[in-house]
Amino acid sequence: MSADTMIREEVVPVNRQVGLYAYDQVDRTFLRERIDQFRDQVARRVSGELTEDEFKPLRLMNGLYLQLHAYMLRVAVPYGTLASRQVRALARIAREFDRGYGHFTTRQNIQFNWIRLEDTPAALEVLAEADMHAIQTSGNCIRNVTSDEFAGAAADELLDPRVHAEILRQWSTLHPEFTFLPRKFKIAISGSPQDRVAARFHDIGLIARPGPDGRPLFEVFVGGGLGRTPIVGTKLRDDLPEEDLVAYLEAILRVYNEFGRRDNIYKARIKILVQALGAEDFRQRVDTEFSAMDRARYRLEPALVQAIRDRFGVPAFEPEGDAPALLAQARKKDRAFDAWVRTNTHPHRAPGYLSVVVSLKPAGGIPGDATAEQLDLLADLAERFSFGELRVTHLQNVVLGHVRQDRLYEVWQALSVAGLATANIGFITDIVACPGLDYCALANARAIPISQKLSSRFADLELQREIGALRINISGCINACGHHHAAHIGILGVDKRGEEAFQLTLGGSGEEDASIGQILGPAMSEDDTVDAVARLVDFYLVRRNGTERFLDTYRRIGTAAFKDVVYAPA
Amino acid sequence: MLLLENGHPVTDRWSYATEGEALGTGPVIVPLSRLSEGLGRSAGELGVMLPVDESVSVLRGALPRLSLIVITFPVFRDGRAFSQARALREHLHFTREIRASGHVLPDQYEFLVRCGVTTVEVPDNTDLPVWDRALHQFRVAMQPSVVNEKPTGFGLRRFLPA
Ligand code: HEM
Ligand code: SF4
Repeated sequence: MSADTMIREEVVPVNRQVGLYAYDQVDRTFLRERIDQFRDQVARRVSGELTEDEFKPLRLMNGLYLQLHAYMLRVAVPYGTLASRQVRALARIAREFDRGYGHFTTRQNIQFNWIRLEDTPAALEVLAEADMHAIQTSGNCIRNVTSDEFAGAAADELLDPRVHAEILRQWSTLHPEFTFLPRKFKIAISGSPQDRVAARFHDIGLIARPGPDGRPLFEVFVGGGLGRTPIVGTKLRDDLPEEDLVAYLEAILRVYNEFGRRDNIYKARIKILVQALGAEDFRQRVDTEFSAMDRARYRLEPALVQAIRDRFGVPAFEPEGDAPALLAQARKKDRAFDAWVRTNTHPHRAPGYLSVVVSLKPAGGIPGDATAEQLDLLADLAERFSFGELRVTHLQNVVLGHVRQDRLYEVWQALSVAGLATANIGFITDIVACPGLDYCALANARAIPISQKLSSRFADLELQREIGALRINISGCINACGHHHAAHIGILGVDKRGEEAFQLTLGGSGEEDASIGQILGPAMSEDDTVDAVARLVDFYLVRRNGTERFLDTYRRIGTAAFKDVVYAPA
Repeated sequence: MLLLENGHPVTDRWSYATEGEALGTGPVIVPLSRLSEGLGRSAGELGVMLPVDESVSVLRGALPRLSLIVITFPVFRDGRAFSQARALREHLHFTREIRASGHVLPDQYEFLVRCGVTTVEVPDNTDLPVWDRALHQFRVAMQPSVVNEKPTGFGLRRFLPA
């Protein structure tokens, strides 16, 4: 059967899923063929026909990393949205091929840390049955496109960015020209002026809004990033029209592919090219390419965008009714529930609804870890309370996007039983941490134990509420996978004469007031670092003005005073 | 060295110019440094090697006289030549043979062809069925290319030719 006949058989897929693009037979055929290819590549590697050097980029294209102790499989969660049946498939992989758990990452993906090479084709089959894959979750290609965890739900959103994220996912999937770039390439897209995707810290960041005629316009940032050389992205366009979105991104990637450095992997990201050429020169090269290229080939006609949009299920919201009143009653009756609602929900655009953030950061726990049982429960809850849709956040938590306010109490009770109702979103124990030396071959230090110590130290929820919004991120080395530069308090693992040690950075932010944290001083041992954080917090509590956040106090008072608190205790 | 076209070995009627020797009269591939010498010949088809760090625009003037352009992969990870091939087709409207040389993997064959490459040089001892399969394994692609495959009628997707 040719692909030609298949597409006629199923023009519009029957099972539309809220928040997610519905695959048709052509998409499924595409995945099958790619898994067959990978099975073939694994066989050629095992037989010795492929050297490890040749096999490496091929396995990376399929999301397979070699870590310290085992292979790690990173599964793509496009724009961070999952259907219940997909969450169950992930639970199955955790159970059958891993040690019973998975790990959500800061790029809205999920990783399995204990996969055997021989099992990977079978694991990919399980994924494919649920319309999922691991393509381009690693390697020097365009990575999984990330988006706002409150997309399609947030009260402040102007435009649901997931339709365009899907278009970019399709366009970038095994792109013939951009699969062997100088370095990996990350795109994030948001449809809210409240930047929840760190658009300014991506290779390309897009902020969408409706134009005067209702058609989307895009702000385009390029060359932001963290890693060794943290840089806030440069704005290239203010009002890129929708029809040119793919063409313009093609032009950026072409310039990068031609001129990006390939002699030094630490200087190979697009941010270095933009800095080396200067923003104006870079913009000019992109514009030259953009005006010379065959734009018609990449044009996004309104009908094309609409056809993709039609593949997304839309939630059928019920009228508000007395949902808010019932929620208010429940909150009055149960103080713990009230506290959780205050921290772990987000305003919804539909009256009578809220988005729920499920914390994967229990006191003393490992940030982002979820067991197979927890995944199954989350799948059930998504089905019962949120149109079968679950989202992954870039802060390693998960979100139930559309929960009716009068069902919130039930959701909270079910989460509590499973240890998933910690009321700490945005607080000091809502820590982001990379895998660090427990898994990662590049690490200088373990990121997980210090995260657990901090989480235990500040476990008291009363204390956390008193401290208020405070973001701690931890990276096990300068590659900054834990985004420590973008944290109010960043912790960086370094090697100090063969010992694991930690440096503090203060004052970073990944939001619309993006800034890069500054190094405070010499590195310290794990326990001294935990004590130093405690002293910083005490100092802030004494010196803050009114409801000022830690970040605001730091920006107002400046580094010197905070430095004394850590290095010159009275 | 074998030459592949559309997944199968074909006879290579071209030869590379030998350093320090005259170009002769047959189909010959010259390095960029000898392009004007090649253009000065009164007869014979001309091909040229485009270094991976050169812009395709250096060939603009010579284009009508060129029957073949060879692009090079110093190592398979270096993807610049993909862009060169695409630019030769898209910007310079070059319609004749583009040949990929150097270190390429069968797994890149489909990408090469979709960027406009016509023929690929592979080692003599290569596993030929692997190349053939690599090219014909796939029926759909998710984006347009300079080869102008038939749209599926949905999104940017294209049917790959059988
Ligand atoms: C063994 C596992 C991993 C390895 C070997 C690895 C390797 C690297 C390297 C070398 C860089 C620096 C790249 C550069 O800037 O040129 C980097 C950056 C990064 N990685 Fe990882 N990483 C791993 C796991 C992770 C995990 C678990 C996450 C998410 C939690 C992650 C997300 C990122 C992010 C977001 C960056 C930031 C760089 C940027 O976007 O500018 N990585 N990683
Ligand atoms: S920051 Fe360093 S230690 Fe942490 S995952 Fe990235 S490479 Fe590994």
